[in-house]
Amino acid sequence: MTIRRILVASVFLCAAVACAAFAASPARAGDTIRVGAIFSATGPASFLGEPEKNTVQMAVERINEQGGVLGKKLEVVIYDDETDVNKCVLALDKLARMEHVVAVLGPTVSGNTLAVAPKISRYHIPMISCASSEKIVTPVNPWVFKVAPSDRYAALRILEHIKAAGGGKVAILTVSNGYGQSGRAVLKEQVPTVGLELVADEIYGPTDTDMTAQLTKIKGASPDAIVCWGTNPGPAVVARNRVQLGIATPLYMSHGVASKKFIELAGTAAEGILLPAGRLIVADQVAADHPQKPVVTTYRDLYEKRFGSAVSTFGGHGWDAVYLLAKAIEQAGSDDPKAIRDALEKVTGLVGTAGTFNMSAKDHNGLDQSAFVMIRIENGDWKIIGD
Amino acid sequence: MDFASILQYLISGLTVGATYGLTALGFTIIYNTTGIINFAQGEFVMLGGMFSVFFLNVTGLPLPLAVAAAVAATVAVGAFIERCTIRPVKHPTLIQLIIVTIGVSIVIRGLAMLVWGKDTFALPAFTGETPLRFLGATILPQNLWILGITLVLLAALKRFFAGTMFGRAMLACSHNKKAAYLSGIDVQRMVLFSFMLSAFIGSVGGAILAPITMASYDRGILLGLKGFAACILGGLGNPFGAAAGGLILGVLESFGAGFVSSAYKDAFAFLILLGLLFVRPSGLFGKSAATRA
Repeated sequence: MTIRRILVASVFLCAAVACAAFAASPARAGDTIRVGAIFSATGPASFLGEPEKNTVQMAVERINEQGGVLGKKLEVVIYDDETDVNKCVLALDKLARMEHVVAVLGPTVSGNTLAVAPKISRYHIPMISCASSEKIVTPVNPWVFKVAPSDRYAALRILEHIKAAGGGKVAILTVSNGYGQSGRAVLKEQVPTVGLELVADEIYGPTDTDMTAQLTKIKGASPDAIVCWGTNPGPAVVARNRVQLGIATPLYMSHGVASKKFIELAGTAAEGILLPAGRLIVADQVAADHPQKPVVTTYRDLYEKRFGSAVSTFGGHGWDAVYLLAKAIEQAGSDDPKAIRDALEKVTGLVGTAGTFNMSAKDHNGLDQSAFVMIRIENGDWKIIGD
Repeated sequence: MDFASILQYLISGLTVGATYGLTALGFTIIYNTTGIINFAQGEFVMLGGMFSVFFLNVTGLPLPLAVAAAVAATVAVGAFIERCTIRPVKHPTLIQLIIVTIGVSIVIRGLAMLVWGKDTFALPAFTGETPLRFLGATILPQNLWILGITLVLLAALKRFFAGTMFGRAMLACSHNKKAAYLSGIDVQRMVLFSFMLSAFIGSVGGAILAPITMASYDRGILLGLKGFAACILGGLGNPFGAAAGGLILGVLESFGAGFVSSAYKDAFAFLILLGLLFVRPSGLFGKSAATRA
C-alpha cells in the first residue's frame, strides 16, 4: 500500500516537474535574443562575479537603449554558481535545456569554466568566459572563448620587469587553487625562458592566514624578486607578512589583486608592491591618445555612477564579453548559435576594457602582452610605471 | 637551515596554532556540558571578528569598546541559538542536536553574508604593527596578545571547571543528565550557559585574531574544521588538550611547510593526526571513557 502510494506520488511529482519545466521554457521569441550568463555572484569569488553580473546587466540595458542588436533586444538570464563547480554545471544545463539561450557569458572562475567546457561543446552554444586561465583556450575548444587576458601575458610582463631591473633569482609563492596553479605553471615555464633562475617555489592555501613560514623559506633562498600569484585575501597576508619579516626584496603581485580592496586589506604593507594590470583601473593615467582611453573611461563612469563602487578589472570582463557577443551577432547577421560561434572567431579590432581583441580560429582570447601595464602602489594608489 | 628560520617557523606555527586552539576551546565547553559537537563554533569566531569590525567602523566605537561590544553581541547570539534551536528539540538525540548546529552555522554564515557583504575586512592591531625582533626572528605585537589571551583563557577555564561548583555542575551534566538533575542541578541553565561561554571564548578569539587573519563572513568554516581537528588531537573534552592540540597542529603545519613543502602543509598535519588516532584513539591528553561491566 505504502509503496504504491509512493509510486503514485512520484509519478505526480515527475509530471509536475515536467509541467514546470515546460512552463519555464518560453518559446523562442522572435524579437529578443536570449543570452545566458553564469557568474559567481556569491561565494569566495564573489568579488569577481558580482561586478561582472552588475556590468553585464548594465551593458545589456545600454545596448538595448541604443537599439539592440540586429534590431532585436538582448535578454540576459543570469545564474549565480556560488563559486561552486557543481552549481555551475547545473546552471549551464538549465540555460541550455530550459532557457534555450544562444550563447553563454561567464563563468567567473577558471575551474568552473574548465568544468563546463566539455558540456558546452555538446550543447553547441558558444561560451565567452570571464576567467583568465590559459587552459580555457589552449587547446582551442571551438565553442569556448574568453575575454580575460591569459595569465601568461601578466607573468611575462612581471618577469620582463624583473629582468629589466637587473634581477637574476626569482622566488614564487602561489595559491593552491586553479588560478594560482595556472600562474605557477606559466611562471615555472617562463622563468628560465626569460633568462632568470627559479630559487624557491612555495604554495599557500586560499584561506590561509599566515604565510610567514613560506616567506621565511623564501628569505633563506635570497632571491632578487618575489612573485606572489593569488587573489584576495591571501596576497594581502603575504604583503603584511613580508613587512613583518623585514624582507626588502621587491614583491610582485599578479593582476588578480588589481582592486582597491587589496590596498585596503594590506594597508601600508601594500606600498611599493608592483603588479601588472589592465588599463581600466588606471583609466585616468592612460594616455589620451591610447585607443582604449574612451572605452575604459566610459565604462568606469557608467559603472561608478550606477553602482556607487569603484570599478574593477573583473567587471570590465563582463563588459567586454557583452560587446564581443554583440559584435559577433552583428557580424553573423543572425542569432543562430553556430553562426555566432563562427563570427566570434572573426572579430578583430574590437577595443574593450582589457585590450584590443583580435580573435582567430587559433586564438580564442585575442589579446597579447599589451593588455597589461606595470603599476606600482604608491601612497595607497596605483601608478603606471611602464606602458 | 639556520636557527632564526627555525624560530620563525615556530613563532608562525604558534600564531596559527593559537587560532585553532581558541576555536577548539569552544568546542570543548559545549561538549563537556552536553556531549554535542557544536559545528557552529567556527561561526562564533567569525562573528567575533565581524562584529568588532562593525562596531569599530559603523558605530564608531573605540577599539577596546568595539571588541567588548562584539563579544557581548556574540554571547547574545550564543544564548539565542541555545534557546531557539537546541532547547525546543523534542526528545533530542545527540546526532539530531549536532545536525541542528550544522544548520545553525549555515544560517549564521548566510545572514552574515547578507548583512555585511562578501568582502574581507581588516581590523587594526591592538598595539601597533611594528614587528618585534627576537633572536633573528620577528613577531608582531598582536601575536603576543593572541598567545597571552589564549593562555589566560585557558587558565581561567581550567580553574572554572576544576575549582568552582558551577563548573563542576556543568561537567556533571555531560556525564549523566538525569543524575545531575536529581542532584539539584538546573541542567537547562547549564546548557544555556555552556553555549554562552563557548560563544564568549569563540568571539574573544575572533576579535583578537582579526587584526592578523582579517575577518570575512566565511572565515568560520575552515577554522571550525581545524579547531575540531585540534580537539581530536588533544583529546575531546579536555580544555588543555584542545589548546595544546591547536598549537601542535599549527606548529606541525608550519614546520611541514618549512622543511618539507608548503604544498603538503595541510596534508602533513592531518597525516600525523590520523597516525596518532590509530595509536591513541582518545587523543594526546584524553582519557578513554571508563566503562562498567
